[in-house]
Amino acid sequence: MSVIPSTALEIAAAVRSGELSAREVLDGHLARIDAQDGEINAFNLVMIDEARAAAAAVDAQVAAGEDPGPLAGVPLALKDNLCTRGIPTTCSSRILEGWRPPYDATVVQRVNAAGAVSIGKTNLDEFAMGSSTENSAFGPTRNPRDTSRVPGGSSGGSAAAVAAGFAPLSLGSDTGGSIRQPAALCGVVGVKPTYGMVSRYGLIAFASSLDQIGPFSTTVADSALLLEAIAGHDGRDSTSINAPVPSLLESLGQGVDGLRVGLVTELMGEGIAPDVAARVRQAADALTAAGAQIGEVSVPAAAYGLSAYYLIAPAEASSNLARYDGVRYGMRVDAPTTAEMNAATRTAGFGDEVKRRIMLGTYALSAGYYDAYYGKALKVRTLIVRDFEKAYADFDLLLTPTSPTTAFKFGDKTADPLSMYLNDICTIPTNLAGHPAMSVPFGGGSDGMPVGVQLLAPALGESTMFRAAAVLEAAAPALDEVWS
Amino acid sequence: MTLTHEPIEGEHFIVVSETTGESWEIVVGLEVHCELATVTKLFCGCPNMFGDEPNTNVCPVCLGLPGSLPVLNHNVVELAIRLGRALHCTVEPSVFARKNYFYPDMPKDYQVSQFDKPINVDGWLDLPDGTRVGIERAHIEEDTGKNTHAGGSGRIHGADYSLVDYNRAGVPLVEIVGRPHIRHPEQAKTYIDELRAILLTTGASDAKMEEGSLRVDANVSVRRVGDTALGTRCEVKNLNSLRSLGRAIEYEARRQVDLLETGERIKQETRHWDEGAGRTRAGRSKEEAQDYRYFQEPDLVPLAPSAEWIAAIDAAMPPLPAARRDALASSAGVAVTETSVVIAVQRDLDQLALATIAAGGDGKRVLTHVEHNLSGDGATDLNPATFAQLVSLELGGQLTATQAKTVLAEMVTSGRAPDVIAAELGFEAMDSSELEGIVDGLIAESPDEWADFCTGDDKKRGKLQGFFTGKIMKATKGQADGKAVAALLESRRAESL
Repeated sequence: MSVIPSTALEIAAAVRSGELSAREVLDGHLARIDAQDGEINAFNLVMIDEARAAAAAVDAQVAAGEDPGPLAGVPLALKDNLCTRGIPTTCSSRILEGWRPPYDATVVQRVNAAGAVSIGKTNLDEFAMGSSTENSAFGPTRNPRDTSRVPGGSSGGSAAAVAAGFAPLSLGSDTGGSIRQPAALCGVVGVKPTYGMVSRYGLIAFASSLDQIGPFSTTVADSALLLEAIAGHDGRDSTSINAPVPSLLESLGQGVDGLRVGLVTELMGEGIAPDVAARVRQAADALTAAGAQIGEVSVPAAAYGLSAYYLIAPAEASSNLARYDGVRYGMRVDAPTTAEMNAATRTAGFGDEVKRRIMLGTYALSAGYYDAYYGKALKVRTLIVRDFEKAYADFDLLLTPTSPTTAFKFGDKTADPLSMYLNDICTIPTNLAGHPAMSVPFGGGSDGMPVGVQLLAPALGESTMFRAAAVLEAAAPALDEVWS
Repeated sequence: MTLTHEPIEGEHFIVVSETTGESWEIVVGLEVHCELATVTKLFCGCPNMFGDEPNTNVCPVCLGLPGSLPVLNHNVVELAIRLGRALHCTVEPSVFARKNYFYPDMPKDYQVSQFDKPINVDGWLDLPDGTRVGIERAHIEEDTGKNTHAGGSGRIHGADYSLVDYNRAGVPLVEIVGRPHIRHPEQAKTYIDELRAILLTTGASDAKMEEGSLRVDANVSVRRVGDTALGTRCEVKNLNSLRSLGRAIEYEARRQVDLLETGERIKQETRHWDEGAGRTRAGRSKEEAQDYRYFQEPDLVPLAPSAEWIAAIDAAMPPLPAARRDALASSAGVAVTETSVVIAVQRDLDQLALATIAAGGDGKRVLTHVEHNLSGDGATDLNPATFAQLVSLELGGQLTATQAKTVLAEMVTSGRAPDVIAAELGFEAMDSSELEGIVDGLIAESPDEWADFCTGDDKKRGKLQGFFTGKIMKATKGQADGKAVAALLESRRAESL
């Protein structure tokens, strides 16, 4: 068997040229999953039969002289909140037990059409609510860099799958940092695109106005490749942007000469671990060295992002998750009346964090409390957008840590939900603004665990963001480089 | 307690208390849900079709399956605006909102509706009696599925099991919220009639109460005559016919007056009309204590119809019932509230009437025929020129009213000219001198009866008028005009006194 390259770009090139078969690529990855996923638990389901059929189809296309597409034969892992036709889609929740969607999410259709081989469904915090994947009904995912630590969340399975080499690409969803934070903690690239750039059709909703699907990969170029494949207007999602897909791969070599990059003051001080902040400053230096102009910028309302988020996201979730009532699909716990059946089903089917957020959101929307909570949070959201607009008047990109700390140990934060929520302090403001952001690995922390730095851009600023990401990737210190 | 049907202070319907003699006024505001007559549902491509096999017109979107998203049907907006404009509403930029509550017929356990920013606001509907009923709003929302409860009472409580048909889930609705300007159960029924006519005219809905494509809830309150503040209202649901609507309002008003007169207060609540028992019943309070937690639907974008779109809808607006009544009344020279005018428009015979009047037909006579003699099919195809000719023959005395009715019926069937039909039927023209000759002859034949007719009391005279009219009709083989006969008898009597 030939040596299988590690990046999606190389694999696709080899498969398209006939150098490697999709079957060989798949087998190599399945073997790795078989050997290691018992410990990592990145996957809720490995789609062996479906993946084999998809790989065979790609090989048949190549044999027939056809081009299977830009992701030809690339194994790709799907977060288990993306609907896959006929294949269990669980959101890592008991409540969806036994449910098989009758349709594919738009992103699933698009990666399949681009020749990717969907290899499995990855673990997550139940309904994408969490920052450690400890809230999964099917047990936590372990960080491949150190299995005593969390991989982050909620897309912990997708981040771990890429970090462990189970698949060169994966898809996650990001509502408040659920792609970027686990990317940072697992030492991979993770991108949250502009809200509306990627169709949400078939993504099981957590908070509809914040959710956005995006890629994980080991390299910046691979994320560009995957984002180009999934982006673009979809008539089935009313919030989908009708704009041309930016040419991200083309922009990668353009450098950052003359770009203005702002370090966000509010996200460099209190609450940010010194080793993480130091890596961010080191990243700023790397951008300066490449010709960018670095300055400090204040985004005052960002300080209130977390508070606003924990009203808006639960409020939407309380409504989005109402449909899991035992009437039509998934789990049902029988009881004498419909209302009792609803309650019994939801009590048994949802985990603690999901229940906590449903209650928070229900309360925030309740008569008499709406104005003080949900209404005020919407105003803060408007202020955050305005503050970002001001910042982007002077800067092309912003730079912050992705996560305040490196990966923490299992159980460290489960007892205190607020300390867990603080993990997302750097990532949440961009979800509230609808802007793109990505995490790029940039060396390690004092504990030797990966640090991610976050690049933020204005809406549809992905091309510029990827240019800077490529520069940071090239300048990144090795993970084992001694931290000073 | 007595319900007087006498119109007091205009059309107000008054409850007069038997115990206190006090007069109470009924105040009604109607909320109407109508299903829009689109080909597909509000947010997906499933057929919007009544009566199909259960759960055949469904897809991930209208079943609210996890991950599905709504996409607004452009034609729903078009019809909603058309209806709004027909109700003289202003079309505003609007947003969709989620109304959150649990019910098994609702696939997402929230209903997508419009809350604080509805598409149509501040319109009105003019009733045939001249009353202008304000329209607060007419907003778009999705319908729910339909539950069938087996066993027990047929309601969800106590049922052995329940079946849900989601064919109706996601069917587009417009909810038309009327202001409390209705004062009479009959007026409420007229309002629904008029609204139904507008729905049909605009093509917005087929408006069938029996199929549930038009559903009415009534907000009913009472107040002492002269009071200006509104009383506490109850919302009466489960009104499946116009008859139920009228009965329920009347019952509810009586109930409320009874309570108020014994010093009790009205509790604002939802009540269900029980047609069999003829009464309203309070819903279970636990069910009614709802907090819908409205918030903007994040899966849809705000709706801002362009001025050009609204203008195009206005330009294509078909003539509406009120405007048609105005046109007909003014052409016929009668009041717009005349029953014949209302009926002509209801039967779609106003165009025929207008054309007939334009062709020289007498307005009042034309309307009389439309009201009494033209209810059947085929009347709209009547030739206005020949209809006008018929009316002229009648007014000229060549045909009696009875003969004209017969001829008109034949015209509708055969389409032939009135003079031809009249001749065929032997409806000979009878001029006045011929009639005078016959009458004078009959008077001479019965001198005693004539004397009694001339000098007798009212009762006797009435009886003898019948005697002479009968003889005249017999002698003329029914071709004499009854009115002309009466006038002639009266003038001969005056001469003989």
